[in-house]
Amino acid sequence: MSEGTLYDKVWNEHTVTTLPTGQTQLFVGLHLIHEVTSPQAFGMLRERDMEVAFPERTHATVDHIVPTADQSRPYADGAAEEMMSELEENVREAGIDFSDPTSGDQGIVHVIGPEQGLTQPGMTIVCGDSHTSTHGAFGALAFGIGTSQIRDVLATGCIAMEKQQVRKIEVTGELGDGVEAKDVILEIIRRLGTDGGVGYVYEYAGEAIENLGMEGRMSICNMSIEGGARAGYVNPDETTYEWLAETDAFRDDPEKFEKLKPYWESVRSDDDAEYDDVVTIDGNELEPVVTWGTTPGQGVGITEPIPAPEDLPEDKQDTARRAQEHMRVTPGETMQGYPIDVAFLGSCTNARLADLRRAAALVKGRQVHEDVRAMVVPGSQRVQTAAEEEGLKDVFEEAGFEWRNAGCSMCLGMNEDQLEGDEACASSSNRNFVGRQGSKDGRTVLMNPRMVAAAAIRGEVTDVREMKEVNVA
Amino acid sequence: MTEEIPEVDYVSGTGIPIRGNDIDTDQIIPARFMKVVTFDGLGQFAFFDLRFDDDDEPKDHPMNEDRFKDSSVMVVNANFGCGSSREHAPQALMRWGIDAIVGESFAEIFAGNCLALGIPTVTADHETISELQSWVEENPDGDIDVDVEAETVTYGGNTVDVTVDDAQRKALVDGVWDTTALMKSNARAVQETANSLPYIQSDD
Repeated sequence: MSEGTLYDKVWNEHTVTTLPTGQTQLFVGLHLIHEVTSPQAFGMLRERDMEVAFPERTHATVDHIVPTADQSRPYADGAAEEMMSELEENVREAGIDFSDPTSGDQGIVHVIGPEQGLTQPGMTIVCGDSHTSTHGAFGALAFGIGTSQIRDVLATGCIAMEKQQVRKIEVTGELGDGVEAKDVILEIIRRLGTDGGVGYVYEYAGEAIENLGMEGRMSICNMSIEGGARAGYVNPDETTYEWLAETDAFRDDPEKFEKLKPYWESVRSDDDAEYDDVVTIDGNELEPVVTWGTTPGQGVGITEPIPAPEDLPEDKQDTARRAQEHMRVTPGETMQGYPIDVAFLGSCTNARLADLRRAAALVKGRQVHEDVRAMVVPGSQRVQTAAEEEGLKDVFEEAGFEWRNAGCSMCLGMNEDQLEGDEACASSSNRNFVGRQGSKDGRTVLMNPRMVAAAAIRGEVTDVREMKEVNVA
Repeated sequence: MTEEIPEVDYVSGTGIPIRGNDIDTDQIIPARFMKVVTFDGLGQFAFFDLRFDDDDEPKDHPMNEDRFKDSSVMVVNANFGCGSSREHAPQALMRWGIDAIVGESFAEIFAGNCLALGIPTVTADHETISELQSWVEENPDGDIDVDVEAETVTYGGNTVDVTVDDAQRKALVDGVWDTTALMKSNARAVQETANSLPYIQSDD
């Protein structure tokens, strides 16, 4: 068993007791909720005549169903309107803070938590959403839960859990030009498999991780779940603290910041911490990674050939065959030149300001390909506003991208932003499952945000390293 | 309020094979069916896009076959239920009629969601599962007995060992899989833990 890791320390700090099942009753420091997975939990609470135990440690937003074009109420989609109304009623009744669209703070739950400083090192954080692992970027222990567990957390402020093993994933060296955090995590999932992390929490470490900004660390932790790991984290450091100091939580309260910093420092994994497993990846070797299939583990370097199913381990062959048929790709070829119809720049993986800046730098002075429908969906209203103020919106719109309001949008097709028919989409999101983007025949190619911009311009999957950036004055 | 939580030490019923690795929860319940505020009625949408074509005509899928329509034990392959944390997925399967799932492996959040509904997710190796799937194909009316406590599955006179996660087994067998009341009874200890946390102290 691991010892002295951040996971061990945060787990111990939050342990209430051991339950008769052998599971640990773990206190939850921050419970984030949204409109899709929480209404049934509030319903169960009412049935049992229970109240929300820690409303002050709970925060709500609306993201999955919110329209990104016309947001006037009532929403055109009656089902979306009903979900929104239900959430409004639930948070009002329980006295839960709500970053609603009129607040200017609304956005994807995994974008707003970090930007408001709700997400802090050494916390336990849960949300009825598998990408809650994102918050691990701050050295928090964060994981997704189901609706019955949301009921548990609402009613008790706790969750019943078994302790997991810890795998350290060390990414050494320096990432090359055009290689981003997204490529690192796609590579990790490709190597360790979509179920390689089952039973593990991932600790991301090493020079290449430490050199990333918070946005990059979030992209990596975000997709831990795509590798089967329910949680992933990076030890907090000066980069983390710099971000935190600028958030609502600490901007006007430096005293509180100084008071908490020793705690944040104390939860870092010890130098002599023991891990259940250690994996090392050479960051110098990586190139941009794109997916060729229908699981996030079916990825390939942009200059590498798509594998033949028969060259894969036996248990992967059947899935690969079906995926290649669905995607209409040919083994032996690279993904370069794969024609796309849609470019989606958004999602909790890659829709933060730094992501949009990098993509805009490539887009500036160029035009979206005439056959491509391209859209940018900022991760939050704050990202949207900041991007508009610094001129990124104009850059995207002048190039032919649609500029939308904040939400989950085409990552999962729960609002009007969906693929149609067998459209192929270059997407900065996290899942390429069949049907994920709203059409069961749709084809998703996952990639980093600059690669999405490059694909939008060329109309096909492109090695971004071939394209020079026009100087952004 | 005390509630009677049933003990789930044993599940018995006919089987249905769902083949393939990495079957994600978007396939089990497509997102468009989640625009609801209750779980009622989700059963009809389980595996919808694999079961019906664009005109809602049934496709070739075990869940559309008459011989499997009363089955309650689903037999699946590896990493079943990966992806989204949506409890709508096991809710849809349960409401379709599934009481237990036997497979090579399960994604963690999915298995946790099943446990919260009292649905055992028991595992065995690839060969054992393949044999069971073939047997179910040939014996759609044959009973499969899933013994959660003994960690065995019995079918056609054959008993095989399976694995049930320790906490899951204890929770199901002792009827303590609904953890809300259990954890609520520790409210005082919860408050003590909360008060000991630096980030909560600094909020006071």
